Order: sequence, then C-alpha cells, then structure tokens
Amino acid sequence: MISINVNGEDRQVDGPEDMPLLWALRDVLGMTGTKFGCGVAQCGACTVHVNGQAVRSCVLPIGTLKDAKVTTVEAVGQSEQGKKIQQAWLDVEVVQCGYCQSGQIMSAAALLQHNPNPSDADIDAAMSGNICRCGTYVRVRQAIKQAATGEKVAMQTIPNDAEAVR
Amino acid sequence: MIRVYLKLVVFLGLVALVGAAGFAGWRFATSDAEVSAADVTPTPELIEKGRYLTAAADCAACHTTPGGKPFAGGVAFDLPFGTIYSTNITADDSTGIGLWSDDEFVRALHKGVGKDGRNLYPAFPYTSYTGLTRDDAVAIKAYLFSLPKERVAEKENTLAFPFNQRWAMTFWNVAFLDQKRFRPDPGLDHVANRGAYLATALGHCGECHTPRNLAFALSGKEFAGAEIRGWHAYNITPDRDEGVGAWTDSQLASYLSTGHAEGRGAASGPMAEVIVNSTKLLTKPDIDALVAYMRTVEPRKGDGGVRVAESPKSMTTSTAWAAAPSGAENGLGAKVFQGACASCHQWNGKGQQTPYAALAGTRAVSDPEGVNLVHVMLEGTDLRSVHQAAWMPKFAEAYTDAELAAVANYVIGHFGGKEGKVTPEMVSERRATAK
Amino acid sequence: MSAPVLASPSRRLVLQAGGGLSLAFLFGGRVSAQDASPQAKLEAAAAGDAAFAPNAFIRIDKTGPIRLVIPNVDMGQGIYATEAAMMAEELEVGLGQVVVEHAPPIEPLYQTPLFKSQITGGSTSVRAFYKGLRQVGAAARTMLVGAAAEQWGVPAESLKAENGKVVDPANNRSATYGELAEAAAKQPVPDLEKVALKEPKDFKLLGTPFRRVDTADKTNGKLEFGIDSKVEGMQVATLALCPHVGGKVKSLKIDEAKKVPGVRDVIQIEGGVAVSGKHFWAAKMGLEALEIEWDEGPHADFSTESHFKALDETSRTGKALVAASEGDVTKVTGKKVEAIYRLPMLAHAALEPLNATVHVRPDACEIWVGTQVPVRAVQIAAKVAGLREDQVILHQHYLGGGFGRRLEVDSIETAVKFAKQVPYPLKLVWTREEDMQHDVPRPAYLDRMSATLGDDGFPLAFTDRVTGASVAARWAPVILRKDGFDSDTTECAAEMVYHVPNTHVEWAPFQMPEALPIGWWRGVGPTHNLFTVESFFDELAHAAGKDPVEYRLKLLSKNPRAAATLKDAAGKIGWGEKIGPRRGRGIATGAPFGAFTTAAVEVEVSPQGEIRIVKAVCSVDCGVVMNPNTVEAQIQGGLVFGWTMALYGALTYENGAAQQSNFHDYRMMRMNETPHIDVSILKSGEAPGGIGEVGTAIAAPALTNAIFAATGVRIRELPIDRKLLIENGDAKKKNVTEREAPDRKAPKRDLAEATAAGGAS
Repeated sequence: MISINVNGEDRQVDGPEDMPLLWALRDVLGMTGTKFGCGVAQCGACTVHVNGQAVRSCVLPIGTLKDAKVTTVEAVGQSEQGKKIQQAWLDVEVVQCGYCQSGQIMSAAALLQHNPNPSDADIDAAMSGNICRCGTYVRVRQAIKQAATGEKVAMQTIPNDAEAVR
Repeated sequence: MIRVYLKLVVFLGLVALVGAAGFAGWRFATSDAEVSAADVTPTPELIEKGRYLTAAADCAACHTTPGGKPFAGGVAFDLPFGTIYSTNITADDSTGIGLWSDDEFVRALHKGVGKDGRNLYPAFPYTSYTGLTRDDAVAIKAYLFSLPKERVAEKENTLAFPFNQRWAMTFWNVAFLDQKRFRPDPGLDHVANRGAYLATALGHCGECHTPRNLAFALSGKEFAGAEIRGWHAYNITPDRDEGVGAWTDSQLASYLSTGHAEGRGAASGPMAEVIVNSTKLLTKPDIDALVAYMRTVEPRKGDGGVRVAESPKSMTTSTAWAAAPSGAENGLGAKVFQGACASCHQWNGKGQQTPYAALAGTRAVSDPEGVNLVHVMLEGTDLRSVHQAAWMPKFAEAYTDAELAAVANYVIGHFGGKEGKVTPEMVSERRATAK
Repeated sequence: MSAPVLASPSRRLVLQAGGGLSLAFLFGGRVSAQDASPQAKLEAAAAGDAAFAPNAFIRIDKTGPIRLVIPNVDMGQGIYATEAAMMAEELEVGLGQVVVEHAPPIEPLYQTPLFKSQITGGSTSVRAFYKGLRQVGAAARTMLVGAAAEQWGVPAESLKAENGKVVDPANNRSATYGELAEAAAKQPVPDLEKVALKEPKDFKLLGTPFRRVDTADKTNGKLEFGIDSKVEGMQVATLALCPHVGGKVKSLKIDEAKKVPGVRDVIQIEGGVAVSGKHFWAAKMGLEALEIEWDEGPHADFSTESHFKALDETSRTGKALVAASEGDVTKVTGKKVEAIYRLPMLAHAALEPLNATVHVRPDACEIWVGTQVPVRAVQIAAKVAGLREDQVILHQHYLGGGFGRRLEVDSIETAVKFAKQVPYPLKLVWTREEDMQHDVPRPAYLDRMSATLGDDGFPLAFTDRVTGASVAARWAPVILRKDGFDSDTTECAAEMVYHVPNTHVEWAPFQMPEALPIGWWRGVGPTHNLFTVESFFDELAHAAGKDPVEYRLKLLSKNPRAAATLKDAAGKIGWGEKIGPRRGRGIATGAPFGAFTTAAVEVEVSPQGEIRIVKAVCSVDCGVVMNPNTVEAQIQGGLVFGWTMALYGALTYENGAAQQSNFHDYRMMRMNETPHIDVSILKSGEAPGGIGEVGTAIAAPALTNAIFAATGVRIRELPIDRKLLIENGDAKKKNVTEREAPDRKAPKRDLAEATAAGGAS
C-alpha cells in the first residue's frame, strides 16, 4: 500500500511504486476526471498539480510522491485561480469534445497561480504541452486572458438559467 | 568515410613494415601461454557466476538484437569498410557455439581466433578479454550453455576487400593484441585492482571511451573520450575539466548502477545500453571497485572534450514552470521546446516527474556541437528497466533538421550556457548514424 | 469501488408512458412500443415512467427537469446543446430547465433521415434535424397548451407557453409543464407536418450564443466518456494487435505476464492478445511481459511507397467512372496547365484512445462506449457474442473526439471477442500506440488535374481524374451509384463553386488490401478535393498572371454566396497590402457541406523552411445559424485540424505495419503554432448548412497557397515537405540560435520569488 495525498485526503493505493499516478487516480481511486491521452507526456491530458506545479501524471511514479499534495481537476475549483479558470471556460465556451480539457484547465490554473497576468507568449509557453485535437487553442488563450484580467476578450455565451444541466 | 578507408590502407602497409621489423617475435615471446584443460562440468554455482560475469562483460550489448533472442547474434556493426554481424553464442550445434570446447572458447576470448582457427574481427573486443582469467571465461561459457539454444541463420558480413581477408588480422593482432592475463598493479589496493579487472578485462570500457588510432586500435590516450555510433563516449579520466574528476564517488556509483547521477544527468545512447545490460547488474562492491579504479587512471584531455560551464543564469533564474526572459523565447527552438520537451525537462534544469529528465550540469547540453543532444532527440533513450519513467521517445521523424537544430541550440544556450553551433546540415548528417 | 450498472441517468427512454400515451413519433411515420427493440423496453423498465412522453425525444415528469433525448452523439460539435435548443425553442423552455440524454440505439426512432440510419457524421445533424426537432417541440407544446385550455375551460389561443409554463394572461394564472404533464398525455397528438413553426426572426434561443449543456461537467472532471465507465466487478485490459495488417498471433508465452502483480488473465484472439488486471498499469506491464511472435500475414509487402506506385498505375491506366461532365473538354484549345496532387493516408488520433467496456453474459451483452454508430455497434456485438440484437444493451457515452474513427465498430468487435472469454465485465483500453497503428485510416489519393486557359487567362476546360479507394464501398455500399461510383471521392471537385464551361471529373477506383480497411476522416471528400481544386485554381490564377482573389471572383460570378465570403475574408486578411519578405497570403473558397466558406491565411516561411502562420481569417455563410458561438468554435477548431493535416499528417506503412505510434511521431499542432483565427459569420436566411467539417476542408489550400505566395513553391503533396521551402543551400549551414532582444512587452515576473518557490517534484 502506498499512501498519497489527493485533494487534501490521504488515500491508500494498492499498486507498485512505479505505477504512474494517472492509473492510481483513474483505476484505483475511481477519479476519472484526469484523462489518459498518450502515456508519454506528449499530450497533457493527464495533467494534475503536485504541490501546485502542473505535472503529467501518466509518467509520474506514485512511489516518488511521498508527502506531496496532489490536486486533480475534481478539486481545482476549490482554489481561487481554478475557479476563475473554470468560469472563463464556461463564459468563452472553450470546450469541444472536452477530453483534453481537464488537462488544459490544470495547466491553465497552475499558470495563473504562478503568473497572475500572463502575456500571450507566456500562455503559449505554458500551454503548448497540452494537445487539443479539436483545436480549441484560440479559445484556451482567450479564456486564460479573461480569467486573468476579467476583461471580456471573446464572444460570451449566454448562461442557461438555473444550471440544471447534468 | 573515405578518409577512414584511406587510413586503413595506410595501416595495412604499416603492419607489413612492423612485421618485418621482427615485432612479431617480440609479441610471441611476451605473450602469456594458454593452459589447456578438459571441459569442466557446469555446476549451478558456476552457471550463476557465469551469469554475473556475462553481464559484467556486457556480452548482450553485441550479441543480442533489440527484442531478439538472447545471445543469438545478428547485431549489425556498420563500419566504414562494410557491415559485420555479431555471431550466435548460444549452444546451438550448427549455428552457435554448441560444439566448442572450453579450450576453444577461452582461445577465442584471449586470442581472437574461432573454433575453425580463423581470425575473428576485433569488433569482438578480445584485446580486452585477453585479460580474463580462464576460470572466468569458462564460467561465462557455462552460463551461455545453460540458456536455450537458438538456431538462426548466420548473416553474411559485407566487408569489402581487403578487409574481408581474415588472415590479414594476424598482422593486426601482432601489432595491437597484447596477449596477457590481467595482473594486479602492486601500486593499487585490492579494491582498485578489482575495479581495474572489471574496467579493462571484463567491462572493456576503453573499447568505447579510448580514442582509436589510424588502425582502429585503441590508442594510448586511455579513457580520454572517443566517438561511437556517432555519439560521444565522454572522457572518463579524472580530468576535472573534461573528465569525471569533479564528480563525487556517489555520483559515479549512482551513474553506473542507475544510469543517472544527480547534477550530472542521465545516460543515453550506447551508454544507456551498457547500464541496462551490464553495470546496473553489478554488486555494490564491484561498483565501488570500478569507481575506485577510475580515480587512479591518469587524468587526460582528449580531442573535442566537453566542459560543463557554471550553471547559466538563463536556467538558474527560470522556474519549473516558466523560462526566465532570455531573448530566445520567441525563436523556433524555444517553441519546439515548449511543445515537445518542457513537459518533462522543464525550464530550471531539474526535470519534471523524474530526475532523469534533469538537464542541469549534463555534458549533453554543454557541448556546443550538441552531438549527444541531437542523437538523443533522434534516437530517444530507454532506461525503463532501471526506472520506469526514464524514457524519451525519438523525435526524428516528425521534426525537421531545422527544428532539431533550433531546439538543440536553445537547450545548449538555456541549460548549458553556451552558444549552440548546431546547423540543420549537421542534424541531417547525424540522422544517418542514428538508430 | 462500486458503481451501478446503469451508472448515469442519461439512458432512460420511455415509450410506454404511464399517462397512457403509447405512441412515439418518428419522422414520416409512427412506431408503436411493440415494434421498438426489446432494449428500449428494458431501458424503459429501468427508468420508470414519465408522466408525459409525447414522442421519442421529450420526457416531462411531474417534478424535475424536462428530459430531452438527443438523436445524435456529441463528440465535441456541441450537438447536444444545439439539438436541445431546437426542441426547447418550440417547446418554450430554457436550456437551464432541461437535461439531455443520449438516445439509445433504436434506429426507427433516432435515425438521421439523410442516412436512414442512426449515425452521427458528415456534418449532417443540424441539416437533418433542424425541422424535425422543432416540430417535436412544437407538437409537445401544443399538447401542453391544449391540456391547460381544457383544464381552465378557455380557448387554447388565449394561452401562451413560456419558460416551461403555460400562462393564461387574461386570468393571471399559470401551470408548469410538470403540473400539466399527465393531462397533456391524454391530448390528441398533432400531425407533425401541420404544427406551426416559428420564423427564424422570432427565435429566442436559436441564433444566440447559448451555452452548451455539457461544458460545466467537462471542466470539473464529472462528465463520463466511454473510457471513464465504471462497472461493478470489471477488470481493465489492454491489448497488442499484430503490427502487420492482416497478421496474427503465431506463438505466445504467457508465464512472465501471469507473474505480474495484479494481472488476471491473458486472452487471445486471432489477431492479437489482451491482458486483463486490477488496473490498466497491471494490464500494461503484463502485456509487456508477454512473448509474442507474429505471423506477418499476407500484406507484409504493403508499404506507402508501393501503395503510391500502385495508385499511380491505376491513375494512368485504370478504368474510371464519370462524376460530372459538362460541355466537351476535348474540343477546347488554349494554354494547358497540368498538375498531379498526392495526399497521404491519415490517422484520426482522437484524444480519447479507443476503448469499450463489455460484459458478456449467457443471455446478454452489455456495452459501455462512445460511438457514432450505436446501432452498428449492437449488430456487431450480437454477431460476435452469438446473441440476438435485442440481447445487446448499449450505454452511449460522450465521445472524446470522433472525426470518423468512431464510425467504425472494429474496436467494439475486438472488445466483445475478448470479453466473451471472461466472466467479468472487461474494460478494454487501447494504448495510444495501438490506437494509432491500428487505425482505419483516411485513404491516400493521387489526382491528375488539367485546365485549358482561354486568351483571357480564364479556364475554358477543367479536368480532374481522382484515384483512390472508396470508403463507402465497404462502409455503406447503398450510397454508391448503380455503377459503383462513390460521390465522396469527387465531392467539391465534381460540384465546384466556380463556373467553367467544359468540365470533366472522374474517379478511377483503387482497391485496398482487404485487411487494411480505410475510413471516413473529418471533412471526408471535401478535405481531399478542396485541397486539390483550390490549389489548382491558384495555379491557374498564377499561370494567367492574375491576382488569385480577382481570378476567383470572376469565376464566382454565378455564385454570390461564395463570392461574398471571398470578398469578406480577403478584406479582413488585408489582401493586397504590402507584406514583408518570405511572407505571403493565401486564400481558398468552397462550399463544403452546404456552407459557403473562404479561408485566408498569412504565413511567414523562414529561410530554413519553417512555417509560421501569422494570422488567419475565415468567412462563412452557413445559412441560418443555430449558435454563432458553436459555428465560430467549429471553424477555428476545424482549421487547426486541417492545418495539422497539411503540416504534419501522414500515416505511413512499411512491411505492412504503420510506422507512427504516438504524438512524438504523429505530430499535432500546438498552441504556440496557432494564430488568432478571426471567424466572420455572414448573415443568411438560407437553410442551415453543416459546420463541423467546414474548417478542416478549407484549411490546407489556404495555407499552401500562402506558402506559394511567400516562397514561390507550389505544394502539390501533403504533408508539406518543409525541405522544399529551404531558401538555398546556405540556409542549411546556418546556425539556428535566434537570440532576439527580450520581449519588452512581456510583463515582468518576480523571478526571485518564483525561484524560491522552486519546482514541485
């Protein structure tokens, strides 16, 4: 058993030390918000935060985590930056198929955490490790801008009142 | 290539002259005599000893193809004068060495002569193995004979004349094979002497790390660094600038047993294969012995040695998540790095997810020519058998010469603090030698 | 870990409503509950009764949100929101008052009329359901209003429906749809063709940037894709298929794999092996410990090189089928321009790797998957499992990208083949490598084009001889013409936006090896033919010495909608304005999927051949717009998809095996390569066109035409060979360091502070 701290809770994982965090999250702890895309740290779909830093969980052995604090997309909204990012994602409607977006949001939230007012170049540098096959890059950039500055930088969606959507 | 060919022709003439000078007689007089004995009956202990020694001698490096049957041979050696293939050293009677006696096996290791009496090519490092004790050689044979026999058709070498003339190797051997068993150096303690045996006779480190002379034989600049398969086999003498003199003992030991040393980086290319097949399997006392011996080697500088500069500001003022402004961030190299590299290597040199991805202090990023850096991009690296996350895919196919040159220069600048001199043309040339 | 078998509430379907309504609508007819598949009954039983279910698409309970069943699947195109909005518009509810559900696989109810099959693809959803779903919304509203009128004893005309309620303004009273549901179920069902529909100008929801219904749960990890299925007792598996197409397992040693902790079973089928275990990692480690020997099969000599040789042979000598012929191209004389274009095979590389969770029991087969073809999935599963189709239960999921890959059921077939050998539910997850190496790729094409220009430089004749394999011949032979002609192979070439008096477009069919089926790929025929046609017409403009925009405009004199997009895009990209060295602007126009479109791109090509897209504009007239936000998103994303293809896309084969395996060698455009993309939506009252594939189809030629403008190099083969763009031999020898002055505009970071915080791992 390996103990890892995920979203503020100590969780026990029955698996080998070299098991990547991604599979501990998805298949052992049942937290499927973090996605499997490539397994070789080339796409970023599996991005989580470890001590506030965006990392690729598909190549991060759980045995190396020790006391590190892992945050996943399920809890990113609990931080101020994460919440801002999620809201901007809704307002600008970044998402298409959505499969890469857990990773995009984790990378974006980490960026804002470290750099509250990123330039376009800063955004590109921090986000280029995240592939979006649907090609939502233009809006990812806009949403990060909007989350950072509060200024509306793109077409805004009209919220569906009483967010009763599943 | 043509230059190398000419070198060889010159060498053949040279050998003839040397022979005429009676050098041969001297060689014969100073050689250790072979001891003949009946074949020993393998015991489990002997086989186990042989297993360890086979790893220490890294036989697999040349006799096992990637993903192929163990020791079934067929590994290609592309030499300037043609291609030769390693042989099947499993105990198959017809295509392997199943019919060889102990004496014949020992003779091959010590003298570079096959069962049929023909000369072997010195791609087989018998100039090093000649130092092995008969006991160790027999143990290796016992282990090889304990493995499944593999029947594989022999691949024909494609050497051009005159290099296909095996008899000519007799002259080469006269010149460069010093047939002596390993003798402890009375000036060294027994630990360093054990290390010397491991490094010279078994591990044959010099075969890659010692520059070769005109005749493709090892020169006197022992361990001063050479080129192998297009990679730098770096200087491993205690020279503080170009060698490993500044490394701590624990860094050296860690590098040999895990393929990685904190602050020095990870092994890749042919050295990663050595670690996977050989040094990671050595016991701690043997690793310590190797380190102790390497400390006693004469410090030397080689040609084109790589010096690691002081950590550059571009790296030390960067964070894990963002590069400090350096003036290079809008260039092609930075862009490629952001997309394909930063997820693992990060900006501060420390590496992400795994310390194997740390670039700070590595010779690869400190070489303005980016020889190993470009090769690792082209070939990738794989140390997964040591550490699950120690792996990099090959980027040769999807990235152009210009992109790889640009990202190499970016990395050399950002992490190595030097001005990269890699051109697209150089990348294009290195593709030819990349696996 | 425990999860109910019917994990999400989204798959409920009620045909036999408690209120007594037993009929379901479908377009052009009715189907009774008895005719519906047993799965529908099964799901109905599991879901309980809705008070009011006027048709297969709308469910209204006494309490709780209104449930809308969406006939198409959502793979990123936002169709759940768009089709929900079509119904909600006429039903008079807000999207906040509804939940959407995946339609179960019941072809008579949920088929796309254009295909007569329950399929999502070809940018058809809006075109197919625009009228029908508004009709079902209006019909349900009519019944709800009718129920209220009867209850209150007032004429229906005096009432109005709004925001999920029926309101009686004269008497200042209202009733919610929930309250009226039971009574509404007793109302007569109106004739769908006779219900009155709103004019687009009266739309409240459609035409506005309403928010998608799935975004929130895609930003917090809650939404389940197929790969996220959790089924009680399931084991996770991963597989290795023979790398050589059509090959199979020759020998297998499993001892080492069985020793891997967490491994449960090693399961074999003819073409491959899977290992199951407690989690994916155990399965993968187990798989790597297997010793597998492959039989390379009959196509070990198939390679990209041999394939193009064969294509060329067919192109030169093969019999062709005529797609379109007008006038007589043989009788025209003038300046002749000829070119050969080559397009590679392509992988889909949807970001969600292929997967399916399957539980085969003696009497049933249950599947959890995201698929574009749910009915086909059921059919193949039944066949493989040896069950009747009504014994197959399919739980539809959101798709982590489709792009045509999930129009195939090979991955479901494979999963069932493995799953039927084990007693537990098997979640089969493909690695990225397996996904890529066993794609059903977009076919390669080799097209010979020619034109004869008149004295004024404009074409008097145009011919295009397309050579390539037909996807439809395997996938949907019913859509072929009687003589076997597949219109997909020439779509957008046989029906160009330009007017040329004499044209002849034909297709020379090519036969792929049976073991290497080819598939649909985003943008289908138009992605292929708009590249060749728009590149070639750019060549013609150049040959005529005319400006490419002016040239096209003249040829579009009979096509005002296309011309309008061309003028708009040219204006917005700054066409004709001065531009720096090795920079150029390119343009491409077309009308794929019923949407008139022009893309314009400005590029910069470095002396070493590297391409940077500086800016891009796309102008589109896609008829009545459902949601401008979605249109913009689809165009932007589609362009990136198409440029990715142009820059990097090629799946190549050697020894019958695909050579690429993951994103390091099958490359994707990344954010720092993507410019801002300005999308301009032209106002239009025309019938809606498709939008999901339009950007992809128009992307490549706009880019390559810009590259021509920047460098003078005409790209006739994709992906773009950047070696062709190297300025001269010296550029290769140039050291690429590119140090520039630091970007002064970049905000300063507090680096000392940042460094102190350090890296995390």
